[in-house]
Amino acid sequence: MRLILLLLAGIFVNNYIFSQFLGICPFLGVSKKVETAAGMGIAVIFVIVLACAATWLIYNLILVPLGLEYLYNIAFILVIAALVQFIEMFIKKSSPSLYQALGVYLPLITTNCAVLGCAVTNMQNGYNFIEAIVNGIGGAGGFAFAIVLFAGIRERIAYNDIPKPFDGFPLALIGAGLMSVSFLGFSGLIKL
Amino acid sequence: MEIINIVTAVASISGLGVVFGGFLGYASKIFAVEEDPKVGEILSVLPGANCGGCGYPGCSGCATAIAEGKAPVNACPVGGSKVANKVAAIMGVEAADTEPQVAFVKCNGTCSNAKSKYTYEGISDCVFASQLAGSGSKGCTYGCLGLGTCVNVCDFGALSVVDGVAVVDEEKCVSCGKCVKACPKGLIAFKPKSKKTAVRCNSKDAGKEVNANCSTGCIGCKICEKNCKFDAIHVENNVAVIDYSKCKDCGLCAMKCPKHAIKNERAEAMAAKKAAEEAAAKAAAPAAEEAKKDDAPKSE
Repeated sequence: MRLILLLLAGIFVNNYIFSQFLGICPFLGVSKKVETAAGMGIAVIFVIVLACAATWLIYNLILVPLGLEYLYNIAFILVIAALVQFIEMFIKKSSPSLYQALGVYLPLITTNCAVLGCAVTNMQNGYNFIEAIVNGIGGAGGFAFAIVLFAGIRERIAYNDIPKPFDGFPLALIGAGLMSVSFLGFSGLIKL
Repeated sequence: MEIINIVTAVASISGLGVVFGGFLGYASKIFAVEEDPKVGEILSVLPGANCGGCGYPGCSGCATAIAEGKAPVNACPVGGSKVANKVAAIMGVEAADTEPQVAFVKCNGTCSNAKSKYTYEGISDCVFASQLAGSGSKGCTYGCLGLGTCVNVCDFGALSVVDGVAVVDEEKCVSCGKCVKACPKGLIAFKPKSKKTAVRCNSKDAGKEVNANCSTGCIGCKICEKNCKFDAIHVENNVAVIDYSKCKDCGLCAMKCPKHAIKNERAEAMAAKKAAEEAAAKAAAPAAEEAKKDDAPKSE
């Protein structure tokens, strides 16, 4: 029950983009088409789940026994960067079309604060390994959900006659703000 | 104790780094993707200006497209036939000889030739100025504003504004097409580099209006059309346009044009020679007359 709540909380209540404002860069950068947005969402799910597992192991098996908890930020960044490099190689080999579609945004996941945010949340809340991974799936699922919804909205916007000053990013940011307001409706729904 | 803390911290983090580094190095060998070696070879032959003139994002995009057969070997407009031949050698095909193109400006409305409606003192940008009343300060609404938007956009220093009108340096021009897109008046077009004849006017106004604004505008009189022996020049929408596939570059149209709106280097050279001869004749005239006087008695 707690795991299901954790998953739902990650997707709706503590949505990384709309309530914690993490990972805005890829959210705005890759949300022009639903197809690439879905690709980015899947890549982020993949990275975050693996990063949650890896950082949990590093933190609890290396940093805690050595009494080096204060080094968690550096260690996590190192893990995430190496992981993203590995995933980039993997995708380039296995799915060149996804690699093409993600382009520069795949290396950018390295500096996606949602990934680091997820790892740090796991550590601060003292989740166990399973909980950490479920929290990662929830958070990353929330990111993918948000970016696909937003890409759908932006695709519709693109076909409309928009006043010049609002065309492009201004309207995208206004749309993101409105979506954030609507997602705030979920706040307090699930208490863990 | 504190030193041990530092050592363990440094050692553990650098240890993690070494482990990840080794892992990534190993993974890069397993997941190595074989890239077409032709892409690299073509890329090394291309000019590397990343101007985007080919329509692909930079030279590497063009090289990939050529290697995949999506683009012809002469896809690079900048490199011309030289690069096309090298690319063709890499791709193992014969390159069709491409005639190098250069940009030219379809206006000759210099400060002395064309009238201005008002004095423009705004920012030096044609796009901005062309959005003002009367689409710019020039009397002729089609004319070059001479504020140098094309000059700024050219990566090769081939454009300059001379006497209020943009001029292309044909030696430097690589026909990337950036200026063609940048000109708000649509005044810049391509012509084959070998053809020296060009209509230096784009005014679609009627003859009377053209005459009022510019001393060297095309008035659509069709004299060039009647004189051309190759059916290569036609007046369309009150302005003469040369069909370069038919033009033999004879320069007859340029010589016949009553407004001197058509430029041809040969015709210009001939005109200059004629003018020089006339001037020389004038200068020589008094002397000749004197000589005649001197000669006259002798011959008689």
